[in-house]
Amino acid sequence: MRVLIAALAALLTIGGVTQAADPPVLTVYTYNSFISEWGPGPAVQKAFEADCACKLDYVAVEDGAALLSRLLLEGKNTKADIVLGLDTNLTAEAAATGLFMNHDLDLSALKLPMAWTDPVFVPFDYGYFAFVYDKEKIAAPPQSFEELVNGPEDWRLLIEDPRSSTPGLGLLMWVRKLYGDRAPEIWQKLKPRIVTVSKGWSEAYGLFLNGEAPMVLSYTTSPAYHIIAENTDRYGAAQFSEGHYMQVEVAARTSTSANPVLAEKFLAFMTGPGFQDVIPTTNWMYPVIETSGGLPDAFAKLPVPQPALLYTPEEAMAGRKAWIDEWLAAMGN
Amino acid sequence: MDRRVAGRDGQLIRPLLPGFAVLGAVGLLIAAALSGMIGAAGALDPGTVLGNPYYRGVIQFTLWQAALSTLLSVAFALPIARALARRDDFPGRALLLRLFMLPIVMPTLVAILGIVAVYGRAGWLSEGIAAAGGNIRLNIYGLGGILVGHVFFNLPLAVRLLLPVWEGIPEEYWRLAGQLGMGSRDIRRVIEWPLVSRAIPGVAGVIFMLCFTSFPVVLLLGGGPAATTMEVAIFQSVRFDFDLERAAVLALLQIGICGVLVGSGFMLMPPLPRGQGMRRAVPRPDAGARSARVTDCVWLVIGLLFVGLPILAVLIHGFAGPVARVMGEGSLWRAAGVSVLLALGASFLSLVLGVCLSVTLRHLRFRRYAHRRAAMMEAGGSLMLVVPPLALGTGLYVLLSPYLNVLAWAPVFVVLLNACLCLPYVLRSLEEPMQRIMERHDRLARSLGIAGFNRLRLVEWPVLRRPLGRAAALSAALAIGDLGVIALFGTPETATLPLLLYQRLAAYQFAAASVMALVLLGLCLAMFVFLERAIGGHARA
Repeated sequence: MRVLIAALAALLTIGGVTQAADPPVLTVYTYNSFISEWGPGPAVQKAFEADCACKLDYVAVEDGAALLSRLLLEGKNTKADIVLGLDTNLTAEAAATGLFMNHDLDLSALKLPMAWTDPVFVPFDYGYFAFVYDKEKIAAPPQSFEELVNGPEDWRLLIEDPRSSTPGLGLLMWVRKLYGDRAPEIWQKLKPRIVTVSKGWSEAYGLFLNGEAPMVLSYTTSPAYHIIAENTDRYGAAQFSEGHYMQVEVAARTSTSANPVLAEKFLAFMTGPGFQDVIPTTNWMYPVIETSGGLPDAFAKLPVPQPALLYTPEEAMAGRKAWIDEWLAAMGN
Repeated sequence: MDRRVAGRDGQLIRPLLPGFAVLGAVGLLIAAALSGMIGAAGALDPGTVLGNPYYRGVIQFTLWQAALSTLLSVAFALPIARALARRDDFPGRALLLRLFMLPIVMPTLVAILGIVAVYGRAGWLSEGIAAAGGNIRLNIYGLGGILVGHVFFNLPLAVRLLLPVWEGIPEEYWRLAGQLGMGSRDIRRVIEWPLVSRAIPGVAGVIFMLCFTSFPVVLLLGGGPAATTMEVAIFQSVRFDFDLERAAVLALLQIGICGVLVGSGFMLMPPLPRGQGMRRAVPRPDAGARSARVTDCVWLVIGLLFVGLPILAVLIHGFAGPVARVMGEGSLWRAAGVSVLLALGASFLSLVLGVCLSVTLRHLRFRRYAHRRAAMMEAGGSLMLVVPPLALGTGLYVLLSPYLNVLAWAPVFVVLLNACLCLPYVLRSLEEPMQRIMERHDRLARSLGIAGFNRLRLVEWPVLRRPLGRAAALSAALAIGDLGVIALFGTPETATLPLLLYQRLAAYQFAAASVMALVLLGLCLAMFVFLERAIGGHARA
């Protein structure tokens, strides 16, 4: 009993202390993997706090998809100064909430595969979706999406659900971009080889590493992780001649923020070396500027997909609902 | 006259208050959450769900998979429980019963990883078939996977709920059966079936509800949009679509459908098992036969393998990971500490709520003879079983965020919601002993004038101690595996172990995650055993 009472008392203190702080606090909403010890979060926090005379607080939700829904849930009462981790498939919807304000930064120096003109959202990294495969199981990977679609029965796939995961949504957009109205037909062809449609990237990639399927929807940069952190080149990313759909991850400051100047400062910092240098080997994505020491070897050697495919945020918003319904109908039965 | 006497010593009003207060609070919480969602949605049109063929399919599938899962769980539990009852003294029996406790309390995510390691395409079974020259790979993703998952979690529950029925068979029955020279088949027909069949609706009802509202199993093993349950559909509605109207309609439908089943009477959970029973003085006449020995042995081995293999896989994967490195991480122990604190808080609060409810319940039953009101109150206390946690959390979040910084209060919400979610289990554990006190000791205690603290110390505590310990252990174990509530309210300061595990998974740290799964399982078990002993005392000989 005594233990229980002590525990309860300790619990109440946790509830009480989370607020007090004197320097201005910048609250950043982001996704879980960003703030983990293996993610960019800790290094970014240290670097930013070093010369902002402020405190950087993270609030993390499950993933990029949960980020938008959390924001919609809180509306004008949100405590966020910065929302970091949406991708361009969701920014139009996020902007429509009226919860964000312009960034007022000159982003013309950024190194992205396309010119960046969005007045609200600032990109902090990008990557290309790809099917990552196990070289021990697939010797000759597909060279094009077409080959994948018509591939043999044992090219089994793990994919993510477009209703709950940003890579899943990315694949939906990819198929749509390549095949237009033929998309349902493509899904029906892929369906018998899809082992499972998981909630998020983690589940799919975990099953892939356990050998549940030889291919998984991930990023072209995933093999770099295995080379750098695990010293193995067992995993490769299949290069498709039609091009790969991109994911551009962005952040923006909220219009409800009490610290808009500090928030602006963070966005500027985000596109500088203090933030960008850690991106390749923590978020395993491409940085949006030339990093200080250049890209790590394993990254530099990765083939860069051509062309890069991407819908504008407005196109993505306009199409998303209908395309998901179309996907549901094709995959449902 | 009874009323007047009761009124004089204050018994008339006081025992009614705690139960109705708790019931009101829980009801208010659910109503507040749902109204929060509906308010934010601005409309509530059942047509958004019922008019859409996809969602009609989802409702059908939810019912179908829950019915099948229930059928399979109970069908396999019957022979296993019978074998356990008939073999009441083989070495390792207690251990086997402990093993059967594990799926009930272990974090779902951890268990699913184990199930995939055994039954997946690259699992032990598939590899075994391949090694034996077979050409088939098991494909569990889909309805099959959902069924395997649900049976894994609910078969042991059914066994543990059914076993006391056998243990309650009076000795005279066996003596008589022996004298009449009844064989195994006759015993089943004449003695066992009439008793067991009465317990089945209750057991099936609980399992049906658990499968109906199941979430992680369906998400991970369901294989895709063809296998979606209502609980999953609620998640998807809230997530990308942010369609709170649809989520609210789905949540209400789910509560409604299950409410009808609960209300129909049988669907109430029978009391959780009382313990492992005492050894009988009179042996069953059919226990010695060779055919009976073989049958029992086969069923026990099936049960052992089915439940044990996935758990073994979790252990093996965990120990194969970077154990030393992960164990050395400060964040792991910090998260473990937070998890334990939150779970203990939830468990404690749940116990308080449960005791309040059952005090009023027994008062209604034994002093007021208001059985129908008691039954309704009981159903109300179990309602949490069918309220989708995501809907509950989301609704409260929307409702409260204009008025207070929800995240600063995160620990309070996590404790509160988890306590409510554990309440049905606590209620079930306490109900039977609470009633036993009234049946056996109430009159004596009152005629001797034992009241107040003395009654608590001399009458209530000795009987309630063990069930309280078990209830505390069970709810703490359930709360420590929580992911649904913490995912919504968690902040970096309150990162729990399951949340940290997910963080690892999202950052390519899969080997580290399996070590953490092991730690989580260990922690869950340690807390279970600790609470059971600390509150319940050591097992009686």
